[in-house]
Amino acid sequence: MQLKTVTRHNMLVVHVMQDRIDAACALEFKEAMREATAAPSARIVLDLAQVQFLDSSGLGAVVAVMKLLAPNRQLELSGLTATVAKVFRLTRMDTIFTIHTSIEDAARHAVRA
Amino acid sequence: MRSGPEVTADRQQAHLVIDSNFLAVRQGLQMLCEAPPLADLAEDPRGTAELVLAEVLNNLVEHGYRTEKGEIDITLRMSGARIDCAILDSGLPMPDGQPPAGSLPACADVPVDALPEGGFGWHLIRTLTDDLAYRRTGAQNRLTFSLPALC
Repeated sequence: MQLKTVTRHNMLVVHVMQDRIDAACALEFKEAMREATAAPSARIVLDLAQVQFLDSSGLGAVVAVMKLLAPNRQLELSGLTATVAKVFRLTRMDTIFTIHTSIEDAARHAVRA
Repeated sequence: MRSGPEVTADRQQAHLVIDSNFLAVRQGLQMLCEAPPLADLAEDPRGTAELVLAEVLNNLVEHGYRTEKGEIDITLRMSGARIDCAILDSGLPMPDGQPPAGSLPACADVPVDALPEGGFGWHLIRTLTDDLAYRRTGAQNRLTFSLPALC
C-alpha cells in the first residue's frame, strides 16, 4: 500500500497513492495507516483524491483507522471522488467523518476553528 | 491469471469466470469495466456496477467459498436501460436460503469505538440494484439482479 505523508502546520496529511482501497488490500491499508500515523500530530487528514474505487471492505478499513486513532486523535478525510463519496453517502458514514473537498480546504478549516 | 471476458459481437454481453479470491475479484472487475457492456456506460453507472459487483463477488470469497475455493461465473447483459447480471457459484448456500436483508448498521449516536466496520455490503447491493433474486439448484447458487445503465 503506497502512502505518502506530509506534515503541514499542525496537520499530518496522508496521501493514498493508489487508485483502489478494496477487499484485496484493506488489511494492508490499515497496517500502513497505523505506521504512517505513529508520529504525533494534532490533526490527521487522509487524502483520497487519487482513489477511484473503494468497496465496503475499504470503508471498513477507514473506519477501523478512525477507531485506532480515537479518543485522542481524529481522522478527517479529503478529496473524495464521485464513486467513493457515494459509498460514504449510502452508508451514512458521511455523517461520521469530517470531509473536506481538498487539502487546502482542510487547512482553512483549521484556521477558522 | 485468466484471460479477459468473452464479449459477444453485438457488445451487449460479457461473460467471465474467476477464481474465488480477492485479487481475482479485483482483476475481474477491472477487466469487466474495460470491456463492453460496462465500458460503454457513463462513469456514474459504471462506478455503481463495479461497486455492486465487488460486494457480491467479495461476499462469495468471504462466505460462500469460506470452506472450499471454487469458481465464480459472471454474465452481464445490456437490456434496454439496464444491465442484467447473473452470478453463479458452487459454494455454500445463502443462510436461510435467501440473500441477507441488508439493514444498515447504526452509526448515529454510536461511540467511536463501537462504530461498525462491516455489514455494509448487502445494504449497498440492495440499495443499488433491482429485481434481486436468488436460487439454489443442486449444488449451484444463482444470484440475478439488474443495474442502471443510464445516469
